Amino acid sequence: MSSVVLPEAEIRNTNWSSDVYAPSDDSFALVDAVKEYLLQLHSKCLLQQLPRICLEVGCGSGYVICSAALAIQCLEQQQQQQRLVQASSPQPPAAAAAGCGGGCQFFATDINPAALQAAAQTLASHQVHGVQLVQTDLVASLIPRLAGAIDLLLFNPPYVPTPDEEVQRQGIAQAWAGGVDGRRVTDRLLAQLPDLLSPQGHAFIVTVSENRPQEIISILEAQGFVASIALSRAADEESLHILHVHRPAAAAAAAVAGASGSGNTTEAAAVLDTATG
Amino acid sequence: MKLLTHNFLQCHIKGVKNGYPLNIEAVKIEERDADFDPDFLRSMFKRIDWKAFLVGAQALGCAEGLPQAVSEEQLQDDGFLQKFHHALLEVCLEEGSLICPETGRRFPVVKGIPNMLLNEDEV
Repeated sequence: MSSVVLPEAEIRNTNWSSDVYAPSDDSFALVDAVKEYLLQLHSKCLLQQLPRICLEVGCGSGYVICSAALAIQCLEQQQQQQRLVQASSPQPPAAAAAGCGGGCQFFATDINPAALQAAAQTLASHQVHGVQLVQTDLVASLIPRLAGAIDLLLFNPPYVPTPDEEVQRQGIAQAWAGGVDGRRVTDRLLAQLPDLLSPQGHAFIVTVSENRPQEIISILEAQGFVASIALSRAADEESLHILHVHRPAAAAAAAVAGASGSGNTTEAAAVLDTATG
Repeated sequence: MKLLTHNFLQCHIKGVKNGYPLNIEAVKIEERDADFDPDFLRSMFKRIDWKAFLVGAQALGCAEGLPQAVSEEQLQDDGFLQKFHHALLEVCLEEGSLICPETGRRFPVVKGIPNMLLNEDEV
């Protein structure tokens, strides 16, 4: 398969103010880890596993969700072209005819209204449309309804170790103050992760050494996830580790097999039967 | 805010039992083209709450042609899927409010962004 260079958001088109966390080494590392994961899907011919629902929790300037959207949409176009090529061959393979669809839907939350305004501008200046922004605390109000639907979850939490009271401070401190071990906010999301991810879902979470990433991996493994450090990078005064989390392959496959034929369709069909019968 | 998003949002004030679906009070509605993808629509259909979707579509004036219940055949029909696509992904609430059906609490939608943050006494 041909090589591909995935696009990312441009800093000069990324918007932020003094009230919004500026894209920094942690943002770049997170984007690099996600792009590496997406490139793996491409090189292993697994584009049918591209996410359909992507959520960034705490999007700040929008640099990360914008980059993810650009990269995923680039691969969706590749997938589309591949299908067209297959469809135009004399005997199109059944898989191509069945199709597996593109069109990932993107969501991003932030607690800070200034961040959401900045993210909206960042997305608009990259011509990335349709990303749904919600002002909320982590994933509050989207859960329980979005539970089990998220194929790609991105989280660059406030990870700097601080006294706990700093976590509650208003303003830009919310973007970095992580309380004891820099884990107060991360741990809140980790507790919800089993509810959030779809059976085939993947999560990427930014940590630094002070957060004790190996301990986080142990917590995730105890929840039944497969977790590893996808990327480590030394930055100014901190060592970044991007965690990659997903369910064991067998669990994902079983859930996919079990999911077919359930849900609204049968329910709605039953309603129809009653109405007409 | 698309109706896709509305379908996932719920009032999460402490003690509220029937915080779904949120009623919509629309002040400004915009339409934006989105790519039509039947497979995505079929998979999304299984995820969303159809009754809540109809509540939202009524409020945003795009419920015409959307049935009370959807059959297997309709999910294969482009005519139906186009209407579903339009209401789910192309009609956006730019300004207005989302209203909790139990408490009447209003969550403002400004520049297309719903503010679901709670006050301290609501958490």
